[in-house]
Amino acid sequence: MLRKVFLAATLALVACGKPAAVQTPDLDSPYPAQQGGTLVDAMSGEPSGLIAMLAGESAASAIASNIFNSLLKYDKNLELEGELATSWEVSKDQKTISFHLKPDMKWADGKPLTSADVLFTWKLVTDEKTRTPYGADYKLVQKAEAPDPLTFRVTYAQPYAPALDSWAGLHILPRHLLEGQDINTTAFARHPVGSHYYQLDEWKNGERIALKRNPNATQGQARIDRLVSRFIPDAAAQFLELMADNIDSMNLSPIQYARIFPARPELTQKIAQYKELGNAYTYLGFNLKHKPWNDKRVRLAINYAIDKQELIDGVLLGLGEPIASPYKPGTRWSNPDLKPYAYDPAKAKQLLKEAGFEDHDGDGILDRDGKPLSFEILTNQNPQRVMSAVLIQRRLKDIGIDVKIRQLEWASFIGRYIKTGDFDVVVLGWSLGLEPDQFNIWHSSQQDPGKFNFIGYNNPTVDKLLEQGRLELNPDKRMKIYHQFAQQLYDDSPIVYLYAGYGLPAIHKRVKGIDNPAPPAGIGHNSYEWYIPEPLRRTEISDK
Amino acid sequence: MMRYLAKRLFWMVPLLVGISLISFLIMHLAPGDITTTEAGFNPKASEESRQKLRKLYHLDEPLIVQYGLWLKRMAILDFGESFASHQRPVLWEKKDEKGEVTKGLIQEALPVTLLINVVSLILTLIISIPLGILAAKYRNLWQDRSITVLIFVGFSIPGFWLSLLLMYWLGVVYNVFPISGMHSINYQYLTAPHKIYDTTHHLFLPIIIPSLTGLAGFTLFVKNGMLDVLHQDYITTARAKGLPENIVLGRHALRNALLPLITIIGLSIPGLIGGSVISETIFSIPGMGKLFYDAVLMRDFPVIMGILTIGAALTLIGNLLADIAYAWADPRVRRGVGQ
Repeated sequence: MLRKVFLAATLALVACGKPAAVQTPDLDSPYPAQQGGTLVDAMSGEPSGLIAMLAGESAASAIASNIFNSLLKYDKNLELEGELATSWEVSKDQKTISFHLKPDMKWADGKPLTSADVLFTWKLVTDEKTRTPYGADYKLVQKAEAPDPLTFRVTYAQPYAPALDSWAGLHILPRHLLEGQDINTTAFARHPVGSHYYQLDEWKNGERIALKRNPNATQGQARIDRLVSRFIPDAAAQFLELMADNIDSMNLSPIQYARIFPARPELTQKIAQYKELGNAYTYLGFNLKHKPWNDKRVRLAINYAIDKQELIDGVLLGLGEPIASPYKPGTRWSNPDLKPYAYDPAKAKQLLKEAGFEDHDGDGILDRDGKPLSFEILTNQNPQRVMSAVLIQRRLKDIGIDVKIRQLEWASFIGRYIKTGDFDVVVLGWSLGLEPDQFNIWHSSQQDPGKFNFIGYNNPTVDKLLEQGRLELNPDKRMKIYHQFAQQLYDDSPIVYLYAGYGLPAIHKRVKGIDNPAPPAGIGHNSYEWYIPEPLRRTEISDK
Repeated sequence: MMRYLAKRLFWMVPLLVGISLISFLIMHLAPGDITTTEAGFNPKASEESRQKLRKLYHLDEPLIVQYGLWLKRMAILDFGESFASHQRPVLWEKKDEKGEVTKGLIQEALPVTLLINVVSLILTLIISIPLGILAAKYRNLWQDRSITVLIFVGFSIPGFWLSLLLMYWLGVVYNVFPISGMHSINYQYLTAPHKIYDTTHHLFLPIIIPSLTGLAGFTLFVKNGMLDVLHQDYITTARAKGLPENIVLGRHALRNALLPLITIIGLSIPGLIGGSVISETIFSIPGMGKLFYDAVLMRDFPVIMGILTIGAALTLIGNLLADIAYAWADPRVRRGVGQ
């Protein structure tokens, strides 16, 4: 008897654990836009908190940007437009910016959102006690004021062009909840109240964060009711979850995108693949303070000797683009006249010969003054960078350069080698914002330990252009400055641009309303318009 | 006995301080600190701001001063807060002025890891003891041979590979087990019995896989222990006086054969709290292994030190408990201790 009861109980449990067998509705036919549903995605890391100015990791800003607004934002073509602000003006002397806020905005808890909150956020981010690494841009503001609830005005000592971008990157926080609290330890970081499309519903440590629609959102209502981000650190596990329909979206690796998907029709049937150019590129950087990298001919020779298309085909399986300037191709800052250096080993040998490198002793390796041309490429444990280094090693061997490769754990790499300048050549990447100012990376004043011009680039023309670019707020005039800057870098070749890889999101076809192909801002730019038609939703138990 | 205990406990203190000092020094041998890892390569993060952070965390002080600061807090059992921007307490929950409770990192991760490892260990014992007895009883017969082959197959299969394979078969193809995580996403809306079922269902694979791969050691241990005992004179006596084989094996042989197992279990206590980075990463389980690994990559010194200290303390206590249990189970040892 007891055994029978147990058996029945087990069966009952098993039965309710399994999803009911439903007929799969047609995923490809058109559906009208509809409110509701849950979108589940996967993240490899967990945010440490949801105040983006304190939390450094990308997971935090990804989730926080669904909860908080900034004054400005980038539209689908990466031009600035108002978010909390309806409009903004720059004064004649280009030193003062006035933002006009939208009227009648509310926080998720119903309290009014005004310029006082903006002023409060500015005070927070510039406060010495705030543990943020991102205060520098805002400290340049000499005077910030909120003359009336709908106006916020900042005055800089001198015109500062990156200012506008900085106001698109600062999440405005509610004064009424944070005033008088220690921002570094406040529980608000784990119980945020914002003004954007979503608000926090549940945060299960180590497992997931669930957001629900914010009825008081300042930008209108999103169509999807709930966003759940599951923390799944292992990429293979994420992929299995995607196959089993337990998550709706993840970022694919090139292998998953170009090899596994095409081989599995059951995946392509239900999951759509997208491709968007990210804001990052991978490069080979020289330590310009060391010989022979101070010789432009040697740098150019290496640039000619590396086959970038081979890297893109081999490492990214074709899912990337060669670049010729440090800006995303297709945006206004990227100089369209520059073309990537071609693969030309003969020219590389020629240039090396001019620089004095020849195989004098006949050992197959070029040498100068009895010293062979041999160096070590350092990189971190990023498989794509390591594979790139291996392909480069082989191409350079073809022209008689001996290359060794060393891969290091990230913190050791930065702490032990980059900060001390103890390296010859590195393979690294820059992941940049949308602001064209790259003063911190290329200006000759930024070479101290811990600063970002660690390759030691020093070009007075570039310095001048970077300084001009910071002072010019007119986008068209600015564009010309950065085109000239990119031209200088191109001629000097202080680094070899290797490639800019695509981001490869895969999203279940139940999610509709996604722009394909992706506009410059990527597919996420209109995620509030995405919707999941009712017949296609998962069977969900909701709180309603 | 009490004096012995007191002595052992007393000696644990300098031992722990020594362990913590060595851990502290080794940890600081690795280049980089939290400011290199958190916003280290973001051009928007200025070096001045990072210096400011370093100062706030006392990372600009000499090592010995930093260790002193840490030891001072440890004296009142204050493990401090994580360097990560959430600044959560390392060990135990804290209440702020508004009554909001922030849970400690170890407080949350340890029960998860303990649950998985203890259940897994019990499962291993439940399977391996009978297997070991069988293998000893039918030594060199086909039963023994097939058991040996089976446990060695289990031993040789890499755990992560088996995990991925089972996740694919049972999770994707047959869809009978969840693939990763500890709870379903609608967990908060489930009723209590469903919640228990849901967690059990999720933890099935993470528990069963280390049990399978861990079988070999314990089975062989039991088998060899049994074989040793079966050669003893008192077993021959038992058989000679006509006891049934079951009683010979079960009552006389097994008890003595299991004695060394106590030591082995004592030795596995550090493993119980350590957790496995690989298995926790694959199954997305927020346990101790992942916590420690991430802390090391982040150079989150208070968390690293907290876990190492707790680990060291529990290991020492585990060893002590194993010794006590052994003395309790084996009169020969007990008398040896008394002298």
